Amino acid sequence: MKILKSFGFLLGLPLILLAWWWLATSGAPNFFVPTPAKLVTTFVETWFGERMLTDVLPSIMRLVIGVLAAIVLGIVLGLAVGLNRTLRAVTEPVFEFFRALPPPVLVPVLMLLVGINDGMKVAVIISGCIWPVLLNTIEGVRSIDPVQNETSRSYGITGFSRIRYQILPSATPTIMAGVRQALSIGLILMVISEMFASSSGLGFTIVQFQRSFAVPEMWSGIVVLGLIGVALSFIFQWVQRRVLRWYHGLKEVENAV
Amino acid sequence: MQSENPTSHKGGRTLPEGQALLSVRGLKKVYHTDAGDIEAVRNLTFDLGRGELVCLVGPSGSGKTTLLKCIAGLLNSTSGEVLLDGQKVTGPPKKMAVVFQEYGRSLFPWLRVAENVELPLKNAGVPKEERKRLVQEALEAVGLDHVPKSYPWQLSGGMQQRVAIARAVAYQPEVLLMDEPFAAVDAQTRADLEDLIRSVWKKLGVTVLFVTHDIDESIYLGERVIILSSSPTIVQEDIVIDLPAERDQLETRSLPRFTELRHHVYAEIQKAKQGHRPEEAITMVAK
Repeated sequence: MKILKSFGFLLGLPLILLAWWWLATSGAPNFFVPTPAKLVTTFVETWFGERMLTDVLPSIMRLVIGVLAAIVLGIVLGLAVGLNRTLRAVTEPVFEFFRALPPPVLVPVLMLLVGINDGMKVAVIISGCIWPVLLNTIEGVRSIDPVQNETSRSYGITGFSRIRYQILPSATPTIMAGVRQALSIGLILMVISEMFASSSGLGFTIVQFQRSFAVPEMWSGIVVLGLIGVALSFIFQWVQRRVLRWYHGLKEVENAV
Repeated sequence: MQSENPTSHKGGRTLPEGQALLSVRGLKKVYHTDAGDIEAVRNLTFDLGRGELVCLVGPSGSGKTTLLKCIAGLLNSTSGEVLLDGQKVTGPPKKMAVVFQEYGRSLFPWLRVAENVELPLKNAGVPKEERKRLVQEALEAVGLDHVPKSYPWQLSGGMQQRVAIARAVAYQPEVLLMDEPFAAVDAQTRADLEDLIRSVWKKLGVTVLFVTHDIDESIYLGERVIILSSSPTIVQEDIVIDLPAERDQLETRSLPRFTELRHHVYAEIQKAKQGHRPEEAITMVAK
């Protein structure tokens, strides 16, 4: 019964939307909006074949590499900056400037600097995803509890051990909030990086379909993007549940008081 | 009240050279702030012999925490020095462990109880088997060996402070510094924890410096009580607590001697609050 209920919550709204869509499109055919059945067949035809290898998987690869690199770089830089007051004062205005730049405008620049290749696309993703991770890591490190610091010091936990045993775990909740933002930015930039001077990838393919009026195929590409987004979100939640179990428990106890 | 005065010493007591485990010499701490300098500790000198249990008591704002942090090597003193086993303390020494008042913030919430106790040992490179034994013994000593897998925040305040004490004990320090460790727990838990400290002290033979603002607590726990003046702080008096070694919350606290000592310390603290300063110490400063 309980499983049935949670299943209902999970699928209820999607089913209603699907029914609405089906009703709206089955009566009067519209060239720009395919019926659900048509979309399903197009989806299978379009993506379960060669395109999976030439467009979808390479796009996902670039997305994963870009996001992971941004997370690692963001955390490493964030630790360095967050732990050093001088460095923080020097870098803050610069970071604010770069963070304010919309990453898509960097695509032409990176094309010139890196060239038209996978490296450029990954660089675009990194250039956008790094900011929330970096700034959140700095904030997480900066707001560390002074009593925790004194505890570490008095027990001789210093240097790299302190980062590993105290600072990183303590900043994880803030860092994870940054990672979550980085994921959605990453998906957007994956598509955008493939829209300029590209010959493969999801973004390229969708634009290609749109320009050739292959409307159901274009829609099916959008569905692929949506599914990737959902998958990323599930993976993120799974990781977060494991990494931040202590944090959610702590918050629950604090809120109950 | 006609009674025998406690064995006391104006200013802090010092031991002949080489006999003290912990020596505080002319310790002074001035905080430099934008609004001007604040002299938290003016001039403190006293010794702790090996295996002593000494309580530091003083009016609120008398720089107790500042003093403790200087001794622990967490703060640099403005002048004077702290010696542990003859070695000048310049940073947190390996042979010292600190129990903080804010147990909730001192324990790491992402680690389970046993992991919290184990962390300083792991960091010090103690082999795994040995670590396991020390953690188990420490948790048994504080009566928490049944919850090693819990997170600290799942426990009551008193139990959390026990975890912090276990962590300090497992570290096998020669000196255990405690900064008002029971100020934030309820009265009943507090009585249990006081007895716990006495039993741990007896069992391990560790030297304990216990900072508190609670006069009764200082007398009940201590073998010796150092009374601090109000800020800027000097040692007002250093008295011996000649109560029986076996302390009991009801028996000991209802002894006439306990009451006498309590009166004495209370009167000294009152004097301290009114700005009275012992003359010897003042002349020492004047020099």
